[in-house]
Amino acid sequence: MSSDTLAHPKVPAAGGPTASPGGPPRIVPQRRYGQWAAALVVLALLGLALNSVVRNDAFQWDVVGDYFTSASVLRGLWLSLWLTAVVMALGFALGTLLAAMRLSTNPVLRAVSWGYVWLFRSMPILVQLLFWFNIGALYPQLFGVKTVDLLGPVTIAIIGLTLHEAAYAAEVVRGGILSVDAGQIEAAQALGLGRLRRWRRIVLPQAMRAIVPPAGNMLIGTLKGTSIVSVIAVQDLLYSVQLVYHRTYQVIPLLLVATLWYVVVTSVLGAGQFYVERHYARGSGRAR
Amino acid sequence: MTETTGTPALTKTTGAGTAAPPEDPGQAPMVEVRGVHKRFGSHEVLRGIDLDVYPGEVTVVLGPSGSGKSTLLRTLNHLEKVDRGQISVDGGLIGYRRVGDRLYELREREILRQRTRIGFVFQNFHLFPHLTVLDNLTEAPVSALGLSRAEAVARADRLLERVGLADKRRAYPRQLSGGQQQRVAIARALALEPRLLLFDEPTSALDPELVGEVLDVIRDLAEQGTTMIVVTHEIGFAREVADTVVFMDEGRIVERGTPAEVLDRPRHERTRAFLSKVL
Repeated sequence: MSSDTLAHPKVPAAGGPTASPGGPPRIVPQRRYGQWAAALVVLALLGLALNSVVRNDAFQWDVVGDYFTSASVLRGLWLSLWLTAVVMALGFALGTLLAAMRLSTNPVLRAVSWGYVWLFRSMPILVQLLFWFNIGALYPQLFGVKTVDLLGPVTIAIIGLTLHEAAYAAEVVRGGILSVDAGQIEAAQALGLGRLRRWRRIVLPQAMRAIVPPAGNMLIGTLKGTSIVSVIAVQDLLYSVQLVYHRTYQVIPLLLVATLWYVVVTSVLGAGQFYVERHYARGSGRAR
Repeated sequence: MTETTGTPALTKTTGAGTAAPPEDPGQAPMVEVRGVHKRFGSHEVLRGIDLDVYPGEVTVVLGPSGSGKSTLLRTLNHLEKVDRGQISVDGGLIGYRRVGDRLYELREREILRQRTRIGFVFQNFHLFPHLTVLDNLTEAPVSALGLSRAEAVARADRLLERVGLADKRRAYPRQLSGGQQQRVAIARALALEPRLLLFDEPTSALDPELVGEVLDVIRDLAEQGTTMIVVTHEIGFAREVADTVVFMDEGRIVERGTPAEVLDRPRHERTRAFLSKVL
């Protein structure tokens, strides 16, 4: 291959690839000047944006500091956190049941599960919450008690968010179960493992690998999604800061307070997901 | 090479005749298959199978792909339901209870109990990837036989020693070679101390150089008088280890006899045609 001499005119023609004096020729990777230029431009723009945020007094960072750990904000944060936990737990419990129904051999159970997911995924969560909030108009009394007394705003928030969550959780769990090789179930059957044992020891642990990433997504989505309950006057994180700025008109700094808390909690959850994923990757040979 | 320690004293003197000879008149068959039919949609996979396997006998089932040999094997522990006919193992009807002229399918618990007496080794191993080798072996004895954890671990260690993988007890299946995985799968089947072992093409998913170590383990089991039915394409193995060779084609048993009869003097044209292609 004498074409080397064409590509590198500085190499003496007499040399050739085999005749370099200092051992084999050194390999020089491509130089990507464009990458450097792009990085510089992006960093400069980022710096300008950051500067404008920090130096703009309208952001009122001192007010952000004042309210960041105020009692009412922390109460709202606490409500958002436990509401998220309750909705995730109930939603996934119901979702797992729906997924099991959908994968069962009973056509009635399959159809009901399908219909549930179809209905609750079709309804915007905001519409659903408002609907539940006005359920008293349809059923003025439940179990002999006035509906408005039985179902307070927080209960309605839990019901509405859980039913919505379950529809999505059902699909996530179903996808996880379908990702498990059918041979695994057959091997467990051949070894005489009972149905529950097969689920608990063989199918679910393997399905978790496919369930955890989208479930982590849903957890973060739910945490932020709980802010929607502010429309039915549940005092979550967002509603707490709204109560303050309706009084003081410091809208921007108080929205920043809420935003920063959502970012902090989301980051913690993301870190937690890393460890959960590592746990379920046992034996996969990829992680660890 | 610690891997061969579990299979000592391999000689070529085993094979036909050392275990119980086929159709020993004084013995009842361990496996009786009578008139079994099975259909997948419009395709009839099994078209009337009759087969006896005697205690201690090694039966090797040969045949072209699609001949129904794997399906037959799977009906023996009710992984596949039959459409017609009946199967009994160790005197008990598999998957059904007979009342008068009807066969009622058993409840799942009863079927699972029957399966604990029939070991099954799959072509693709189907080890549980999220469990260690040790947990793969102890899972069924603990949950299906009710052994204590300590008893199950002792049994598992004994079996891992026997298949030459004692040092792999803490490994996960994916950290093992294909041959090692299949040896673990055999040990897992043995952990239930089954009366009968079924092998569904145990070496077909292996790289050629790993086939030997798995066949060594199976040969070792044969020497110890384990009753086995092995579906395989390894003609050499059949000749050496089998007491009985069965040749299947298009859902029927075409020929059955000693390895010498079926492999060297086949009576049927289809057997001859098959052997001429694979030998």
